[in-house]
Amino acid sequence: MPKPNPQISVSELEKIAKDLRIWSLKMIHAAASGHPGGSLSLAELITAFYFKLLKHDPQKPLWKERDRFVLSKGHGVPALYAAMAMSGYFPEDKLMSLRKLGSPLQGHPDRARLPGIEASTGSLGQGLSIAEGMALGLRLDGIDSMVYCVMGDGEIQEGQVWEAAMSVPMHKLDHVCAIVDWNKGQIDGQVKDVMNIEPIADKWSAFGWNTIGIDGHSFPAIIDAVEKAKANAKRGTGKPTLIVADTLKGKGVKFMEEGKNAWHGSAPNQEQLDKAIAEIQAGGGQ
Amino acid sequence: MIDKSVKPLATRRAFGETLAKLGEKYPEIVVLDADLAKSTMSMLFAAKFPNRFFEMGIQEANMIGAGAGLALTGKVPFICSFACFVTGRFDQIRMSVAYTQANVRIIGTHAGVGIGEDGHSQMGLEDIACMRTLPTMAVLQPGDDVETAAMIEELVKYPHPAYIRLTRQNVPRVHKEGTKFAIGKIQPLKPGKDALVLASGGVLGNSLEAAEALQKQGVDVEVANVSSIKPLDTAWLREALKRHKKFITVEDHYVIGGLGGAVAEFLAEEGAGKLLRVGVNDVFGQSGTPEECYEHYQLTPAHLAKKFQAFVRG
Repeated sequence: MPKPNPQISVSELEKIAKDLRIWSLKMIHAAASGHPGGSLSLAELITAFYFKLLKHDPQKPLWKERDRFVLSKGHGVPALYAAMAMSGYFPEDKLMSLRKLGSPLQGHPDRARLPGIEASTGSLGQGLSIAEGMALGLRLDGIDSMVYCVMGDGEIQEGQVWEAAMSVPMHKLDHVCAIVDWNKGQIDGQVKDVMNIEPIADKWSAFGWNTIGIDGHSFPAIIDAVEKAKANAKRGTGKPTLIVADTLKGKGVKFMEEGKNAWHGSAPNQEQLDKAIAEIQAGGGQ
Repeated sequence: MIDKSVKPLATRRAFGETLAKLGEKYPEIVVLDADLAKSTMSMLFAAKFPNRFFEMGIQEANMIGAGAGLALTGKVPFICSFACFVTGRFDQIRMSVAYTQANVRIIGTHAGVGIGEDGHSQMGLEDIACMRTLPTMAVLQPGDDVETAAMIEELVKYPHPAYIRLTRQNVPRVHKEGTKFAIGKIQPLKPGKDALVLASGGVLGNSLEAAEALQKQGVDVEVANVSSIKPLDTAWLREALKRHKKFITVEDHYVIGGLGGAVAEFLAEEGAGKLLRVGVNDVFGQSGTPEECYEHYQLTPAHLAKKFQAFVRG
């Protein structure tokens, strides 16, 4: 089992991301429901956080000094569950209980059922506000932890996101680092056609955030951006950071990438799963 | 009974004073407000503990989430706004507070038509109904300043989320100083054999006054204070069913889903009792002085006495 390790190499991370993709699809297949597109677009981001960037201890999920990782786009949770299991929060065999009655692996994250989940999400737009409160609390206690919040691009259509976008810089919470998984798709179509949110970085800059645009499937780019966010927090600039991660919905599986929003919320059948796994193993994810 | 030696006080005022006092004893208390600190009285805490008070601007949804985040780092957050505005962000309370199991104390002031001139848009009339549906959420409404103070301190240690509904207007004191408050308990205030009046919040004093007036006319109603609407003290109510057939609920809230709704559910499941729900019926509130509003919506002692009597005799 791979261990979280700040010194981990990019090639090792790439291997883990492949496994994370495969687990996500297997889980969604077994559940016969779930969100493959937005789980696959997160694969590198979540792998980078759980195996390199986060200060956390899977054996002590409530460790006070840990960094907080709030998955505001709760529908991407198969990728998070896979990362949690692979990094040691719970045994991997539990993964196949996704969406089954009584399972701690609910269809969307449930903090009360699964230690290590920081907030129950799935009704979009709420995670960044929670992250703000966490950062306020940590600052009061003098704990120097980062608070990360991953949002979907469609998600930032929610008004509450802009309340938090205004409030986090107002409270000078430089330990908040928000990430937008800019995968361009949502249920009813392309984000730009459904409700355009661009230019993303310009809007957040105007609200007082440092913004960084990256290729969200490149480990060196993700690592560099998050290290910049940490350095900004250490310097105490008072400005939070927003990373716009340019990603592909369904990344790593050609028919899902091409099918775009068809794979937002539908599960692959056995044949599709086999094809997808073969492709990921052959290196389609890179 | 009503303590006429003490000046009536708004429960929001008692809340603000209590919180400012408790801030010393409990460093984990933090307070958030959405640009209404002068009205909710959270300003009293803000003045004493500026580092633990967060002005959140006119952003109730964000305030609810931030309150949840603070709770998840071990703080005891009180988030404050008008009842209608804060519970109007129902989904944020449903997800970020209740489902997340973030132990936020949600303070909703300006309950009911008793706020007067500002009119319907500022009146919390459906807040209890909404909050009651959320698993683990306590729904509380103190009847006077003494109870408010006891309740707020009790809540510091309470291991679940809670909603607390407070009045804008002054209300008379009905509890003796030092009365203990327990979540989930009904407090009997006046014995009586003809019917049981269950009152909550700003109308508690008027209900007692009505009962006292009726006493002189030979109508003898029992009055109890239901400050804990959820959890509801069903054990006490079941005992009460042994001595009463007629139940009356009184509240400055819609009868749909409020205390009246809660007691109706209880009685229907018991298959016993007869119920009169007094409160705001299925109509909108409106502007007027608080006194005019209580007259119009028939919540004055005289109106209540008339309704109690008709129900007892009917």
